[in-house]
Amino acid sequence: MTTLPMIETEIHPAVDNPALPDFVSESELPSRDGDRVIQFREALREAMSEEMRKDKRVFLLGEEVAQYSGAYKVSQGMLEEFGEERIIDTPISENGFAGMAISAAMMGLRPIVEFMSWSFSFVAADPILNNAPKMLYMSGGQFGCPIVFRGNDGAGGQLASTHSWCVEALYANVPGLKMAIPSNPYDAKGLLKTAINDPDPVFFLESERMLGDKAHVPEEEYYIPFGRARLAREGDAITLVSFGRPVNFCLEAAEKLSAEGIEVDVLDMRTIRPLDIDSVIERVKVTNKVLVVDQSWPFASIASEVVTQICERCFDWLDAPPQRLNTEDVPTPYAKGLEYNYLPNPDRIYAAVKAMVNA
Amino acid sequence: MTSATVQSEQTMTTAKADSQSAGLAPTAANAAELPKETLLKWLYDMQLIREFENRTMQAYQQAKIGGFCHIYTGQEACAVGTIGCVNHDDPVITAYRDHGHALARGMTPEACMAEMFGRITGCAKGKGGSMHMFDRKNWLFGGHGIVSAQTPMGAGFAFATKYEHEVLGKTLQGTEAKKKVTLCYMGDGALDQGAFHEAQNIAALWGLPVIYILENNGYSMGTAIHRHTANAENLTDRAKGYGMLTKKIDGLDIMNIYNEFKPIVDQCREESRPAFIDLKTYRYQGHSMSDPQKYRTKEEVDQYKDKDSIAKLVSDLMDKGWLSEDNWKDMQKDIREIVREAIDAAEAAPVPEDDELFTDVYANPEKNLSPTATYSHGTKNPLM
Repeated sequence: MTTLPMIETEIHPAVDNPALPDFVSESELPSRDGDRVIQFREALREAMSEEMRKDKRVFLLGEEVAQYSGAYKVSQGMLEEFGEERIIDTPISENGFAGMAISAAMMGLRPIVEFMSWSFSFVAADPILNNAPKMLYMSGGQFGCPIVFRGNDGAGGQLASTHSWCVEALYANVPGLKMAIPSNPYDAKGLLKTAINDPDPVFFLESERMLGDKAHVPEEEYYIPFGRARLAREGDAITLVSFGRPVNFCLEAAEKLSAEGIEVDVLDMRTIRPLDIDSVIERVKVTNKVLVVDQSWPFASIASEVVTQICERCFDWLDAPPQRLNTEDVPTPYAKGLEYNYLPNPDRIYAAVKAMVNA
Repeated sequence: MTSATVQSEQTMTTAKADSQSAGLAPTAANAAELPKETLLKWLYDMQLIREFENRTMQAYQQAKIGGFCHIYTGQEACAVGTIGCVNHDDPVITAYRDHGHALARGMTPEACMAEMFGRITGCAKGKGGSMHMFDRKNWLFGGHGIVSAQTPMGAGFAFATKYEHEVLGKTLQGTEAKKKVTLCYMGDGALDQGAFHEAQNIAALWGLPVIYILENNGYSMGTAIHRHTANAENLTDRAKGYGMLTKKIDGLDIMNIYNEFKPIVDQCREESRPAFIDLKTYRYQGHSMSDPQKYRTKEEVDQYKDKDSIAKLVSDLMDKGWLSEDNWKDMQKDIREIVREAIDAAEAAPVPEDDELFTDVYANPEKNLSPTATYSHGTKNPLM
């Protein structure tokens, strides 16, 4: 798990700037320990600001990103530094501004589109699903679409059904796009910097509930390559595979299990497309049991996909049927207790692991 | 801002838009003063589209072309006339009735036909088909299949050219930035999509130099315009509501298109603002190749054929003494030959190799992007 293979850096001729960041192996990345503690939202802001300082083609647009400083304060201060030509407040017209940004990307600009919530991206479904990921193919390799769509995904705090969408399972179904779902400030920064430089459309999923999370983020510049999972915790009883906010639920459950002498793996996938199935298989061969924890609904979910690939590629290494733990298969409720039970929370993970380990 | 200022600004905007409608544009254009070569080139391009489309229909009926196929005959003056008013490096985007725009922009008939034949020499290597004509060299950004999807995108090209000018200080290709205008074509069905209203609002709000050219052929598929959009006789009123430049133009007479449209292009370019043009035209064929056309009469079609834009230009050129019967016959003959060659070349061209299925999906095709597919870079199309 410590060394990463070389990243393929040969870029399609349709894309104007072939330079991708220099990726290093996980062990060469700056340390995750230190005292430069910042919030998740600040890590995102640093990633965008650093790339905007380097490349004038990069700009940010979305609802309330400029004068309001971002609905969730992610872009606070960026208007003052970069001016209104590059930090752009939009009308509440997701279909309009997403479509507009896509063609700006076809021309060779590098837009970052902020959706206040991915729940609002559905009114822009046609441009983000029908245009961005298909442009290169549909034009026979003539026009790429280097764009980042980012925003809050998943249940916030009691926002109920329409504002709590997890879009990963729906959107990851579409070939031509990439998807990153960080679980912590350090990864958020490194992955977002990579996303901005990637020549393909990247769907970058954050969580309102994590924006205030704090961790050490080093001063020095780093990029985290896509398609490389991180073993956030190592154990032998079972491998928990997760991504985004539920990684933290897994780590919480792992603490409780550890107190009872059960040591579990927590594998943070970091990106869904590409999906580092190789690392999953490597750990399954060690623990022989796997539970995929996913905050989208179970039917045709990312968890279903991961479990399928495990069955296809390392079935013989399994000591128990691979299992999934998803958000409950109902619309998101408002009431606090119901919302907690609905999520793949630490209690549910703890119970699921106990059942699998004791089986 | 006081309400009085708001009101006076609104009045000014309306007055500006109205002055457009009254033909009081700041710059004048007169097609009659254009050189002979330009007008003959227009005629050539229009006849090329006519012939190309007639042969496209034949090929479709012979099952050499699949999928949806929308024929442009009747509307030739629209694409040729409006594209004739802009520079080669002004971006152009259109909907799915796109063969005419592709040819008017300079795509070779061979690349256009081969695309419909699903050959590797097609403009999109046989991956796009009739509705997806892309031509990077000629600044044509598609051919888009979803009604009105191209309208926010039209605003985006205008945004990018303005950004080049105002932020980068040079073009994305590194040359000196210049003021550009984007042409975004749409059919009357696209009027009714929310995307178009969002696009107009953004374009007007941010002063984006994009011109929405409504090729108003009177039908949204099989639904007549008075049955699918409100206040269909006064479409320019909507654009005025957004403070856009706007004008209703007869799209069957290319000389008239130039005279009316060119000043708007100049003004949008200079003042960096959007416009909406209600370009009245008519399509001779059905919505697509599979349309039995029960919604209109043969008499109605014939009425428009009497006002054919190519016949009108031929007659104008003959009146000027710039075209003789023999010249015209020779031109038609040459064009027939060129289109025949394009069809022969398309037919003879190879179909895409099986592994082309997996190319051009990602510009950076990393490992593990798919559980089943391995992606790679495609070959560059030699024709494009």
